[in-house]
Amino acid sequence: MGELRLMKGNEALAEAIIRAGADGYFGYPITPQSEVIEYLTAEKPQERTGMVVLQAESEVASINMLYGGGATGKKVVTSSSSPGISLMQEGLSYIAGAEIPVLVVNVVRGGPGLGDIQPAQSDYFQSTKGGGHGDYRLIVLAPSSVQEMSDFVPVAFDLAFKYRNPVMILSDGAIGQMMEKVELFDTIPRLTDEEVKERYPWATNGKPKGGERRIITSLDLDPAKMEEHNRHLQEKYRKIEENEVRYEEFQCDDAEYILVAYGSSARIAQKAIQLLREKGVKVGLLRLITLWPFPYKRIEELAAKGVKGFLAVEMSAGQMVEDVQLAVNGKVKVAHFGRLGGIVHSPEEVVEALEQKIIGE
Amino acid sequence: MSEIAIKDIIKTENLVYKKTKLMTDKPLSYCPGCGHGTAHRLIMEVIEELGKENDTIGIAPVGCSVLAYEFMNVDMQEAAHGRAPALATAIKRLWPDKVVFTYQGDGDLAAIGTAETIHACNRGEKIVIIFINNGIYGMTGGQMAPTTLVGMKTSTSPYGRDVSLMGNPLKITELVAQLPGTYFVSRQAVHTPSAVRKAKKAIRKAFQNQLDDAPGINFVEVVSNCNSGWKMTPVDSNIWMEENMFPYYPLGDIKVDGEIIK
Repeated sequence: MGELRLMKGNEALAEAIIRAGADGYFGYPITPQSEVIEYLTAEKPQERTGMVVLQAESEVASINMLYGGGATGKKVVTSSSSPGISLMQEGLSYIAGAEIPVLVVNVVRGGPGLGDIQPAQSDYFQSTKGGGHGDYRLIVLAPSSVQEMSDFVPVAFDLAFKYRNPVMILSDGAIGQMMEKVELFDTIPRLTDEEVKERYPWATNGKPKGGERRIITSLDLDPAKMEEHNRHLQEKYRKIEENEVRYEEFQCDDAEYILVAYGSSARIAQKAIQLLREKGVKVGLLRLITLWPFPYKRIEELAAKGVKGFLAVEMSAGQMVEDVQLAVNGKVKVAHFGRLGGIVHSPEEVVEALEQKIIGE
Repeated sequence: MSEIAIKDIIKTENLVYKKTKLMTDKPLSYCPGCGHGTAHRLIMEVIEELGKENDTIGIAPVGCSVLAYEFMNVDMQEAAHGRAPALATAIKRLWPDKVVFTYQGDGDLAAIGTAETIHACNRGEKIVIIFINNGIYGMTGGQMAPTTLVGMKTSTSPYGRDVSLMGNPLKITELVAQLPGTYFVSRQAVHTPSAVRKAKKAIRKAFQNQLDDAPGINFVEVVSNCNSGWKMTPVDSNIWMEENMFPYYPLGDIKVDGEIIK
């Protein structure tokens, strides 16, 4: 058993970043995730593992620090919250285009604009559909506990390097701020410079002796070559869709209705299921772990095997619900429920929504 | 001179100049008469002379020199517009033993990337910044730059830069020299053999300082012509540069070993 601690989600994430063998964290403070950089600067990871921590002048700078650092083959990470993540979209587009493995954590707050500092899930479109300009995808993991704020960090780094693709951990203000018991994993040693050079021959960390120089770029002025590069990216995304869909099912075996949710909403949905089951309603939960790739196939299967309706529960005006609708493809009823602007819904509200929007009609 | 006489002259022992192997053989994409090619060559010569071919990471900007990585035969990254100092910051911090430089134009460094420039300088990142100032946006077709002179005509200041509407040309090099984080700040040109020699000396000093782990940024501005953007012949553009750019952007070292000298 690993070390047990009572931690905030943001602190567990920061500790996991050090333990995952990250080489550098570059970030800019923003509520509700400033504990990440506070924890890291207090913890002196340069002494613990040799990891670099730097407070950048903006989120624009921190994402570009990730571009530079990630392009040398080092494990780099930043964290922010919604408005800051919007500032990073330019950099993320370049990073996706140049195929640089980086980890970005979004502890989502209410929007649009400056919004508020309460938990929300209204950045789903931005996270899963690209976000910046051009055809690209981020791999998106959605933790629903403090434990997963820690556990998903090494998973995210592995996926980033496996596919040379940016990975996002999409959390929210509730998971970031709440305290829970967390079992920490043992520290994974950082790679040495020699190991980095050997493992990632594409990385720009000094031209190999007697070898060719490496170039990291997202530019090709020849449209035929740019189309070829885009096709290559799309092939990679199809591979990720094939291999990396992750989700969890609760009481779906006999379910006539299914709640689809992730993050904080999945926890609330679990309680709602308990209340509904007490009333005799056969309901289950499909909890998304990867938001992209999305479990279209699994939802399609559930719709085909007799589930009468799906309720997408998310703290947004209805974003993930569009993917549920795509998967269900009109076969059965799909509805959305969610509070907006930083209000967290109650289990009772979810119960009522299922009864009114799915069962009642 | 007869053919035989030329053959007699072309011999290894008579070689007085050779292209550095750190410039690729790809023909430069710059307009004939432009200073970019010379500036590229000087940087690559210095890296070769310092023996750092295998330990250098360069960052190309967005602008005319967006394809600098096609010509510079070292590991290169292509940054988003203005962001090169942020990339360089992370690279140098993660690989402190490597030589890291950015190559940026005036729009890149002194307009869209001003925050990244000032803060990398202010943190005293141990990198080299090479700043090419030709007072115009060359690649996008000759629009006004932050360094465009007062009264200078560009496609977005077609009646000349009017200070009341467009502000003043930005002396960002003097500005960064004020920051304690800069160690060596110099302004050079590459339009005559003598200017080229001085510019190379400054670039060499900048890289040597980085190798010596000097505490701070080494920042070299190269005032250059843009004969296409300025709509002049290369020769006329160099005369115009001497008569108009140099009085506003005077050449020479501004800060040496962390001390402002002028």
